[in-house]
Amino acid sequence: MTDKKLPKSLQDIISNQNTKSSQQVKNQQHATNVQPIEGVRPIEGHQDVENMPDLAKRHFFKKVGMVGVTGIAATTGVAVAVEATKTKPSWGGSSFMDAMGDLFQDHYTRMTDKEMTEALDRIKRKAKRKFGVDINCEDTKPMQDTYFGYALNLSKCRGYRECVEGCIRENNQGRDSQVQYIRVLEMDEGDSNLEHSDHYYDPATVPMKGKYYLPVQCQQCDNAPCVKACPVEATWTDKDGIVVIDYNWCIGCRMCMSACPYWARHFNWTEPQIAAEDLNPNTNYLGNRPRMKGVVEKCHFCTQRTRKGRQPACMEACPTGARVFGNLLDPESEIRWILENKTVFRLKEELGTEPKFWYFTDEARART
Amino acid sequence: MRTFFSFVMDGMKTALKGGPLYYMWMLFLLVLIGITGWSYSYQLRDGMVITGLSDQVSWGFYIANFAFFVGIAAAGVLLTVPAYIFHRKDVKSVVLIGEAMALSSVLVAMGFVGVDIGRIDRAWHVIPYLGKFNWPSSMLAWDIVVLNGYLFLNLFIPMYILFNHYKGKEVPVRKYFFWVVLTCFWAISIHTVTAWLLSSNVARPFWHTSLMAPRFISSAFTAGPALMIIILQLVRRYTDYPVSQGVIKMLAIIMAIAMQISLYFVAAELFTDFYFEGAHAASMHYLFLGLDGFDGLKSWIWTAVGLNLTALVLLMVHKTRNNMVTLNIACVLGFVGIWIEKGMGLIVTGFIPTPLGEIFEYTPTLRELGVSVGIYALGAFVFTILAKVAIEIELGRMGKFKNINQGVGNAGEQNVKPVADATPVSVTVS
Repeated sequence: MTDKKLPKSLQDIISNQNTKSSQQVKNQQHATNVQPIEGVRPIEGHQDVENMPDLAKRHFFKKVGMVGVTGIAATTGVAVAVEATKTKPSWGGSSFMDAMGDLFQDHYTRMTDKEMTEALDRIKRKAKRKFGVDINCEDTKPMQDTYFGYALNLSKCRGYRECVEGCIRENNQGRDSQVQYIRVLEMDEGDSNLEHSDHYYDPATVPMKGKYYLPVQCQQCDNAPCVKACPVEATWTDKDGIVVIDYNWCIGCRMCMSACPYWARHFNWTEPQIAAEDLNPNTNYLGNRPRMKGVVEKCHFCTQRTRKGRQPACMEACPTGARVFGNLLDPESEIRWILENKTVFRLKEELGTEPKFWYFTDEARART
Repeated sequence: MRTFFSFVMDGMKTALKGGPLYYMWMLFLLVLIGITGWSYSYQLRDGMVITGLSDQVSWGFYIANFAFFVGIAAAGVLLTVPAYIFHRKDVKSVVLIGEAMALSSVLVAMGFVGVDIGRIDRAWHVIPYLGKFNWPSSMLAWDIVVLNGYLFLNLFIPMYILFNHYKGKEVPVRKYFFWVVLTCFWAISIHTVTAWLLSSNVARPFWHTSLMAPRFISSAFTAGPALMIIILQLVRRYTDYPVSQGVIKMLAIIMAIAMQISLYFVAAELFTDFYFEGAHAASMHYLFLGLDGFDGLKSWIWTAVGLNLTALVLLMVHKTRNNMVTLNIACVLGFVGIWIEKGMGLIVTGFIPTPLGEIFEYTPTLRELGVSVGIYALGAFVFTILAKVAIEIELGRMGKFKNINQGVGNAGEQNVKPVADATPVSVTVS
């Protein structure tokens, strides 16, 4: 099935597979258990594995995992299973080999080029199976002499939430789970207490009289509490200053979510679902590639764009020009001009997190 | 080595033998464990969406129980110190029961962390070298180290002693004294690290207080003895193992003192937050009074306060502390009170409001409780087996030289309550 386009009905099954309600998930899982997807290319003689109910397979898979790194290939039963499932999306939407590849994939910083190529190929295959879309996935390294920062003009922001929409479209967040990297808070004039903010205002009525708008996303802290808290180094501050996550290394303990003072981190409580036509096929390993359930994700300054010299999606989407993204090391950059000429502040600076995200207003500072 | 093998085999045989009551109890626990397996399979398949957790409240019932049971495990030290450091014979005769309880509690705590992580298939990432262990930065990494260490210590020391008793040998305490002392410090460390896991989060003002670790220790030394007193009475009732009343009296006094300290700490927190209410007091306000019309934990915490205060009075009055009926009431009230206060009351409240000021409440789902129930049961299951084997060995009924009584009978003679009224029911007689 790898080369064929999925029939529309099957695409629907896959895209509907997951909802917030576990009951529905349950029912639909039964529907997929009929496994018409695999039926396209049956392999003879290995029906036993294929016909195992989903859960049994998973248990089998888990057991195999426990045999350990060395024992895997030696197990005859497994060899049979490998044969049977080479092209079958039965292992949680992967083939057996891909599931094993995922299971034993090394930490990002320790992967060889070959291992990375294989990992990227697995990501592409998985996206093809899950969404029926050919995606591109790269591992774009940080550029030389770049250190990214962001500045946001509160005088210009009018609360349209276009940045939120742009971000979701770009970064392949699960649509049903409604993960959003950016929260725009509606604040009362004369008050900057976040507890008085309205998170769920109606964007159709903005800007409201007596209100101003404060968008908050990952502040890409230079001294990031989340990085410190992660027990497995699944998240780190990369060379260009972006705090990135290896979604394949995250164990889902959510320490980082407790540690983040900006509520920037979000967890995939279930398998994220995106309609095939909504999937952004230009993806990055430490960026917007499709995520899996049980891992944490957050704003990564659109690594897939900014590491190739483009603007992040939220900046591109902003209709008022409130957002300024740039290289802090470049003295000619607009963001440097803002830091040098405007009165800026950072959120919760007193916590010592050193955010690389500044807020400013239109009033220029009086020069001395 | 052969002897060790037969020790293990005999231990397993002992665990498999028992009266109908024993089998019914173990079967009951197995059913509960089965419920966990069944419920957890849904979590594996659908993700943690089956819990009541959210991005807003990202830890809940699981982590609350984790924190609580680490405390119970740490409380094992309350028997270790008087037994090995102060050489109280009556305590030494039951110290193995305390260690079994500590070991089982560590397993329960670990079980709760296990079900709380989103990718159990990647658990190997925490293994140093094979995975990538963010030590010493991450407090969770520390917790993994200290919990595993404590598990090992509580397995190793009792096994060493029991194995020697099994062989009919009495080993002098000095041979394993170092490990005992290490265990004592280690016990404090496990609960301190668990408290620091929370208090290290600068993002959560409610947890970010240096009082967190002392509070944890004091509440653990309240709930721990409470459970121990009840378990020791059960041991006395269902086995013919002598449990001295002196031990229970000692634990009751420890509990009375720890409860006072624990409530004092709570009062200190309340004063600091409420005297001049700043933004940092929002969580506390939510917990005790409700915030912006949301007060999901209010009735919980006031229940806990009521339970703890009642228990405190019962423990402080000599008459009620020395009366087994009122003491047991105090133990149950105190145990539940602390469980609410430092479980749900402490963990969930830390997330409300969120760092961005949103109030989003949390209620555990039935499925979540289903996953949890068997984890408790697993603890009880392991404890039952450990205690049964230990008792059989200590009473000289399991071992290479069965007729040699291991000196339990004469432990703290003046304090031993007459064993005659303790009817042996399940373990020895059918």
